[in-house]
Amino acid sequence: MTHPVFIIASYGITFIIVTVLSVEAALRLRRARTQLTVLEKNTSHSSNL
Amino acid sequence: MPDSIPPRSCTSHTMITRTRHFFHYYANPGRFYHISTRIQPYVTYSALFFTFIGLGWGLFFSPPDWQQGDTVRIMYIHVPTAILASAGYAALALCGLSTLVWQHPLANLAAMEIAPVGACATALCLITGSLRGKPMWGTYWVWDARLTSVLILFFLYLGHISLIRAFEDKQRGYQAAAILALAGVIDLPIIKFSVDWWNTLHQPDSITLTRAPTISRSMLWPLILSMLGFSLGFCALVFARLRAAILEVRIRALLFPSHRRSNIV
Repeated sequence: MTHPVFIIASYGITFIIVTVLSVEAALRLRRARTQLTVLEKNTSHSSNL
Repeated sequence: MPDSIPPRSCTSHTMITRTRHFFHYYANPGRFYHISTRIQPYVTYSALFFTFIGLGWGLFFSPPDWQQGDTVRIMYIHVPTAILASAGYAALALCGLSTLVWQHPLANLAAMEIAPVGACATALCLITGSLRGKPMWGTYWVWDARLTSVLILFFLYLGHISLIRAFEDKQRGYQAAAILALAGVIDLPIIKFSVDWWNTLHQPDSITLTRAPTISRSMLWPLILSMLGFSLGFCALVFARLRAAILEVRIRALLFPSHRRSNIV
């Protein structure tokens, strides 16, 4: 294989950026879901009082 | 005219009304959230499948180019990211138009979430292009028309991201960013035709809609598969970010019920 450093660098950088974007999106979604569940539970609890 | 055939103006009016209803129906953030939650796994797994097959084929089984050698394998990332950089910006401009004309809250959120993903695609396109350019041209960068216009696209994305966050009143931020997105559309045809209009170091397009592809089928198929995989991946990322943004809006609305709507959405 010719120029392996350039090929590995291209695929490596792509893998890192895509992984960072995916993990960030998944964590953000999970955090928002958890926070919303807690808030809605608290809201319905306070409205029942 | 018989009663069964409506006049032309009536038909076009019905079409416009239906189109408007279609956009209004799917522009509802809650409805979009439910639909995207349902289709998200299919889009994500399809993206992983096509990207894995496309890049695996391109990296290990497609032949090296007679002139570029194995650096042609960078093409399987460079071309899909280049297409997504332009397509993402076109989507951003459409969101900008919806923001300015209809003030759709979903268009605002979509623009906010597309821009970082589009900026990453553009950055990847520039980085992989440089890594492909060094062994071929002897340099990582030249102020070539194609390269410079893509760099401008990257700055337009950064400007859009900054503008949305620059204003205390969110609506003003969305509007300013929408104007920038619409003004920046002029860069898209420049990127597309730069290799035809100017004598550039960058090679002309190998795949166009009007001509037969000029690359071998053994390279074309993995390229098509990786383009499909990257496009689906782009959609999956935007869907996930947009769903998170919709939930965050709901959280802000619950936390600050008396806050102005413009600062919540």
